Amino acid sequence: MLAVNGLVKRFGGFTAVSNVSFKVEKGEILGLIGPNGSGKSTIFNMLSGTLVPTAGSISFDGHEIAGHAPHRIINGGIGRTFQIPRPFHRLTMFENVALAGFYGQGRHSRKKADEAAEKALAMVGLPTDRHAGVDGLGAAGLKKLELAKALATGPKLLLADESLGGLDEQEMDQAADMLRNIRDELGITIIWVEHIMGVLMRVVDRVMVLDHGEKISEGLPAAVAADPRVIEVYLGTDADATQAAAGEARRRAGN
Amino acid sequence: MNSRYAAWAIGLAALIALPFVYREPYHLHLLVLILIWSFAYTSWSIMGRFGLVSLGHGGFMGVGAYVTALLWNHLGVSPWIGIPVSMVAAGVLALVVAYPCFRFRITGHYFVLVTLALSGIVLQVITATRDYTGGSLGYTPNRSTGNKLWALQFDDKTTWYLIALGVWVAGLVIWRAIDRSMSRYAMEAISEDEDAAAAAGVNVTAEKLKITLISALMTALAGALYCQYQMFISPDTVSGIAVSLQMVFAVIVGGLYVSLGPTIGAIITILLAESLRIGFGTKAVGWDNLVYGVLLVLFIIFLPKGILGSILERLKWKKA
Repeated sequence: MLAVNGLVKRFGGFTAVSNVSFKVEKGEILGLIGPNGSGKSTIFNMLSGTLVPTAGSISFDGHEIAGHAPHRIINGGIGRTFQIPRPFHRLTMFENVALAGFYGQGRHSRKKADEAAEKALAMVGLPTDRHAGVDGLGAAGLKKLELAKALATGPKLLLADESLGGLDEQEMDQAADMLRNIRDELGITIIWVEHIMGVLMRVVDRVMVLDHGEKISEGLPAAVAADPRVIEVYLGTDADATQAAAGEARRRAGN
Repeated sequence: MNSRYAAWAIGLAALIALPFVYREPYHLHLLVLILIWSFAYTSWSIMGRFGLVSLGHGGFMGVGAYVTALLWNHLGVSPWIGIPVSMVAAGVLALVVAYPCFRFRITGHYFVLVTLALSGIVLQVITATRDYTGGSLGYTPNRSTGNKLWALQFDDKTTWYLIALGVWVAGLVIWRAIDRSMSRYAMEAISEDEDAAAAAGVNVTAEKLKITLISALMTALAGALYCQYQMFISPDTVSGIAVSLQMVFAVIVGGLYVSLGPTIGAIITILLAESLRIGFGTKAVGWDNLVYGVLLVLFIIFLPKGILGSILERLKWKKA
């Protein structure tokens, strides 16, 4: 479904993403992890058109999309969320999502946009009431709204820049389950970016690990978590936690 | 909702009937000016309300007025053709200036500065081509000797009042149509966060260009009408930075986010300018701009929603 080849992004002399290639199959959830500044969000920004790659190709459903304008990519079937939720405060919650339903799906009709908004809000568990504003939402609510906006654009591939840092453990689990439900019920392929390994490992089919803009490991969660390079390079000081996550992943894989 | 439409219908009927029962020419003259400027201010607010603060609208107004008048005087082209041509000219100018701004993300203060330059350039062109435009001394469309309708020149105030009223209503209808469209969602989103709007599928550049184009076309029409009504235009009255600033001032004083805000702004600016003119005569030339400046600062600090916006907000609180 998505094939990325030799992707490079330089900002002046700094190479944020260096020759990264990967593939995503239809219907899978690919986890993308790495420490802060490892290039995860930069890759997302290139996939969604917010940044133009310095080099490399991005092929989605057989079409080259590298360097296309964001609205074209969104309309072509890729939806994205931002790491820090970016709601539109001057619109109501419903309008936020209806906007995405209208412009993200080829501007058909207001009715279709409203239907898409209702469906997306219900999917993430937010009220479909037309008058509620966005200012009353907490961290978890804003993440849900962000997800609803992305879903309303009708994506085939969802780029979920989640970073669940601001959430408590229960909310993290809920968010992880929600992503799995989105894949299972709507058949949407997902790339999920996350800092915290444990939650992610539980849900994803495959994991890719980045460090300093380079891909250092890729494979099944259990294998990646046990990869000495991942433990050493990526999580070095946090080896115990990584081992725990690896053990957890192995145990689940065994079940 | 129905009572609201009824109120609009009654108000409009009263405004249409007015010149047939009340014929005091000076007051009708003031009303025509208020209606034409209200339309110009409404045109500005169509983009201004979304944070696209333009100081170039004096330029669009000047293009509307001068292109129409020049075509009539030099080529004998009727304003019925000249006005659409002048609007297209202003539209092209708007796109030429706005496209690079929007494409390369020139926003906020930098956008204001680019548009400010546009006002200045149009003013310079008018003064520099004084052999054709009369320069800073001003310009008068030739009096028609034939068909008044063809020349769009009318001596009676009632006709002009009705024309201005029609255009003013059309401006409000356009304002409301945009207010209720998905374009408003898109523009509100863009004004808050362009990347997030694009991630929702909005073609940011195209949406901004669309709203800018509508605003520029309407403003050129206002300039052309002002020219046809006054039969005298000068760079100071229909073009340049002073006119642009006056638009910003009037809209902010009246209320940027309500449909009738610009109209309230026009009533205030014109009554202010007229009372200064009558009260102090030639001694007060330019005072209105000084008063505008001081009031603008006070309003931005203490009443950012403008007079009408603040009143409506109070009423809403009381209801709730």
